Amino acid sequence: MLTLANPAKFMALSARLLPWLLGLTVVAFAAGLPLALVFSPPDYQQSEAVRILYIHVPAAILAPLVYAGMAAAAFSHLVWRAPLADIAAEALAPMGAVLTAIALATGMLWGKPMWGAFWVWDARLTSVLVLFFIYLGVIALRQSIEDQAKAARASEILTLVGVIDLPIIHFSVYWWNTLHQRSSLFRAGGPSIYGSMLWPLFIMILAYTALVATALLLRMRTMIIRRRIKSSAGREGSRAVVREADAHA
Amino acid sequence: MSHAHPLIALLKRDLTLAFRTGGAGLSLAFFLLVIVLLPFAAGTDPALMRRIGPGVIWIAVLLAVLLTLERLFQADLEAGVLDLLVAAPAAFELLVLAKALAHWLAIGVPLTVLAIVAGLMLGLSLDAALALAFTLFVGTPGLSCTGAIAGALTAGVRRGSLLLTLLVLPLYAPFVIFGAGAATLAANPTPPETPLPAILLLGACSLAAALTALLLLPSAVKSQVD
Repeated sequence: MLTLANPAKFMALSARLLPWLLGLTVVAFAAGLPLALVFSPPDYQQSEAVRILYIHVPAAILAPLVYAGMAAAAFSHLVWRAPLADIAAEALAPMGAVLTAIALATGMLWGKPMWGAFWVWDARLTSVLVLFFIYLGVIALRQSIEDQAKAARASEILTLVGVIDLPIIHFSVYWWNTLHQRSSLFRAGGPSIYGSMLWPLFIMILAYTALVATALLLRMRTMIIRRRIKSSAGREGSRAVVREADAHA
Repeated sequence: MSHAHPLIALLKRDLTLAFRTGGAGLSLAFFLLVIVLLPFAAGTDPALMRRIGPGVIWIAVLLAVLLTLERLFQADLEAGVLDLLVAAPAAFELLVLAKALAHWLAIGVPLTVLAIVAGLMLGLSLDAALALAFTLFVGTPGLSCTGAIAGALTAGVRRGSLLLTLLVLPLYAPFVIFGAGAATLAANPTPPETPLPAILLLGACSLAAALTALLLLPSAVKSQVD
């Protein structure tokens, strides 16, 4: 883990990992989407509408997890000044926001046929909506401060303040009487979903995770290169810019 | 040198500034005006006022507090006072917490008292208005602490009040949910339900906000100074 803090080693390692991650993403989606949308069985109560589950659940699982990763990166940079952690935190924020938006949108589309309402103000939905706004706030705060170091520190502090929402999201379905169902996967006694639906769900979760990992590594590499160009362009001017561009072409 | 001296001095300075330059008075006036608009907007049916009055009073308190947060640290940052605070002989952590405390004393407490009047104006019984004020008394310290962190983070941003609103309102959601929930239940009693669980949860939110401010407010303010 410590070697990852070195930007050069990170670039080398991510260059080796990226083709595999990209391949895994493609394969997982290629296997998961047909399985989920076509070949898995319709539910006995929800019939075909249950297929939204395979889009909604992985996004809803990953949205708070990405926030947790962002908070860990923020903490590392704030407290231990880990070199690449601020880049990781900056890269994760828009991804988490998009995942939360997908979870909310697909949830609303699923809620209308299932519950009869696009939206209810129950604890799980409200706390995920709050998470979405916290993501937007972190992104907005970073963009509105010009000095990059100050912007990073400010958004990291805000990220840590927002961490309190994560346990609220997770435990909201147990603390309150909510319309949203409780955990069906991680329970004592094992998952309560039957195999023919469980496997497509697992494959889709794997696909989403691989997608986030691929996008994260790609974005971090781009940001590192951009920072190098900025710093060298400031010092040596356009010749350095051309050299960098050639080296990474 | 005793540490109490700079703290008390900072508290006195902030409170004097708030009352002298009208920051406290303006937020009270804004709060009352919003409350006055509610019967115009929703009609004067007493049963309706009992159902939505406590919630709207809570929202009006939130808005009044929001207005004051922008200048909490921005004014001092522009005047160079924050640099002096960093170099002060007292612990920096305690000094920034003194600013949050001053904000609560100057803004939160007067709003809590005025909310009793606002509740009576909307036709709540005295018991309900006092219960509403109690929920505000428990919740406004948390509002000041969370708002102080957000105010410190956006102190250097030009025209940052809109950004401040976006940052702070999601964090204020639990306070409104529990505080307005408890106040509405007190105004429309349905035994055997009591407002007590909501008030306890509201207190927990305020304590969590205070703890977060203890940990993160000094870093937030320091990040604006260099």
